[in-house]
Amino acid sequence: MSNQEIDQLVDQDYKYGFVTDIESDTLPPGLNEDVIREISRRKKEPEWLLEWRLEAYQKWLQMTPPDWAHVNYPPIDFQSISYFSAPKKQGDGPQSLDDVDPVLIETYNKLGIPLEEQKLLAGVAVDVIFDSVSVVTTFKENLHKAGVVFCPLSEAVHSHPELVKKHLGSIISQNDNYYAALNSAVFSDGSFVYIPKGVRCPMELSTYFRINEQNTGQFERTLIIAEEGSHVSYLEGCTAPQRDENQLHAAVVELVAETDAEIKYSTVQNWFAGDDEGKGGIYNFVTKRGECRGARSKISWTQLETGSAITWKYPSCILVGADSVGEFFSVAVAGKKQQADTGTKMIHIGPRTRSTIISKGISTARGQNTYRGLVKVLPGAVDARNFTQCDSLLIGDQCGAHTFPYVEAEEPSAQLEHEATTSKVSEDQLFYLRTRGMTEEDALNMVVNGFCKEVFQKLPMEFAVEAEALLGITLEGAVG
Amino acid sequence: MMSIRNLHARVDDKPILKGINLEISAGEIHAIMGPNGSGKSTLSSVLAGRDEYEVTNGEVIYQDQNLLELEPEERAWAGLFLSFQYPVEIPGVKNVYLLKAAVNAVREHRGLPELKAADFLKLVREKLKIMQMSESFLHRNVNEGFSGGEKKRNEILQMQLLEPKLALLDETDSGLDVDALRIVGEGINLMRTPDRSVLLVTHYQRLLDIVKPDFVHVLIDGQIKLSGDFSLAQRLEKEGYEGIELA
Repeated sequence: MSNQEIDQLVDQDYKYGFVTDIESDTLPPGLNEDVIREISRRKKEPEWLLEWRLEAYQKWLQMTPPDWAHVNYPPIDFQSISYFSAPKKQGDGPQSLDDVDPVLIETYNKLGIPLEEQKLLAGVAVDVIFDSVSVVTTFKENLHKAGVVFCPLSEAVHSHPELVKKHLGSIISQNDNYYAALNSAVFSDGSFVYIPKGVRCPMELSTYFRINEQNTGQFERTLIIAEEGSHVSYLEGCTAPQRDENQLHAAVVELVAETDAEIKYSTVQNWFAGDDEGKGGIYNFVTKRGECRGARSKISWTQLETGSAITWKYPSCILVGADSVGEFFSVAVAGKKQQADTGTKMIHIGPRTRSTIISKGISTARGQNTYRGLVKVLPGAVDARNFTQCDSLLIGDQCGAHTFPYVEAEEPSAQLEHEATTSKVSEDQLFYLRTRGMTEEDALNMVVNGFCKEVFQKLPMEFAVEAEALLGITLEGAVG
Repeated sequence: MMSIRNLHARVDDKPILKGINLEISAGEIHAIMGPNGSGKSTLSSVLAGRDEYEVTNGEVIYQDQNLLELEPEERAWAGLFLSFQYPVEIPGVKNVYLLKAAVNAVREHRGLPELKAADFLKLVREKLKIMQMSESFLHRNVNEGFSGGEKKRNEILQMQLLEPKLALLDETDSGLDVDALRIVGEGINLMRTPDRSVLLVTHYQRLLDIVKPDFVHVLIDGQIKLSGDFSLAQRLEKEGYEGIELA
């Protein structure tokens, strides 16, 4: 869209204003207070949430986009984005798999995704009788029995207003950073999870089960609260490449772990990475942070990042409770012209807090992969410990790997260890495996999967198998 | 089984092989001996398909196929096996995983059904016993932290699992102590059948005392200067290569 066209659209918006009798599915592009009021009105939100959004918007206006990350992209025109889309209805998307990009279908088949799920992922309107409906129902009944709340955040605003009000923005404040502020002002929807005291969530909570409920949109917001002694494992994303028209994704995820609680948060991110020149790929600017509020609580982030044209993401842990534990296990792949700037922050506040960081960056083609991490130990975090390991693997000679580890230790009894390696997939390794009968691609996959093993072991079992398959597909054509 | 005809190869414009001629028939064991830098390892690498070597002349016919046109994995499927002088480490990949993938990749291309985990384990345990290796080998990462002798035993273990038609053994005896040499040598002897051939590349006679070759060839400066039977190896051991060069 040219600037002139955008100007025209913006003009139009002003001409007609936003209050209209006709309830269209999508708001016209543009961002101002009226747009935010309209989003809030359509979602039938309580007054306090509207005020909260407006406050965030005012803060966002005062801020400037971050420029410290090792990524390059043209400035984003925030007035050219539409900030509200009604949930997708039947018939909006492609009518059958025949209308879907054959490349996408090929990838689904390689991942062994059943036909009905392929339709779901590709956004094809599915029949009313759908196998997984009964699965979803059973799933919800089991959660309900255990007392676990797992629903869209927009629903929780009405069903559990006190919890949402108390925790929303308590970990990531409205003005934490530019994109978090934008998300706070215009967030679309996301998950809300509440695990009551002493409850061990009976199953892995997966956004997968939520896909067919609504389109969460580009400004996802998730809040997970684990009460004292509870346990939950949450899976976000999907190994299958997801169709999405929105280029900018700015999600916020907040986790709260009370005393002895444990949250395991696993992500597989495979948004469209763009073509070989990086055109059309998703910008994924995410803020994820968890607070280990209570003693002996634990938050563990595991991620496989293979998609998006640009990834800007640092799942972090604030270790407040004594003896609390933070973990970050990451595999990030940057191929094509992808740029990934990812890592973590571990903030040690309580005594004897411990953190582990294992980051595996894989760069191929013209991909640029950056690890950026901060380990901060505040005074009083007696005997805090951190172990950091950053390994980079290069495939080919046009890609790059960069490591920026920051350490700020203000507590003399803290023990911090850092290890870093950079290696190339060697011709020797590939040749060795090929003489054992493996094709060049299988050989590369074996070497890369070996490199990632420490992280994949942390993923839930089924996810780990899919992750290996996904990595294989991502690296197709990386050699030869 | 294999005919090497007038084979020339170079690396980075430096000629290494300068016209090799060699006929290997089914069931035969050939030993290639020669001083350092004579082109012994280059020969086995070229035969296995390593692409940093450029073949500038000649041909290799392996079982009616033009071997040099095949990719390394296609050569493996066709029954060629190379035991590496320096086996390569693959961090994070368990040995058992590589072994199973290799066996099944080769089986697939020989029209055999995939070996199920239980059957594979049974087979691999049998072979481990022959090589006097403990089962813990299976769960260690491929060649990572292996001693020189362990690496070589692991190579012969792979050979036994893959059951090649033609095995190229590149300096399999280097880095082995007396006991390991005997185990490796006997492991190779166990593979002797009327339809399987072996090309042994070595420096010394000591492995040949256990694995008796049918033919011995002396490779000097990229050419086979002399061929003979086992007695040639014994002569070399006494007189060294210099005597041959002068001859």
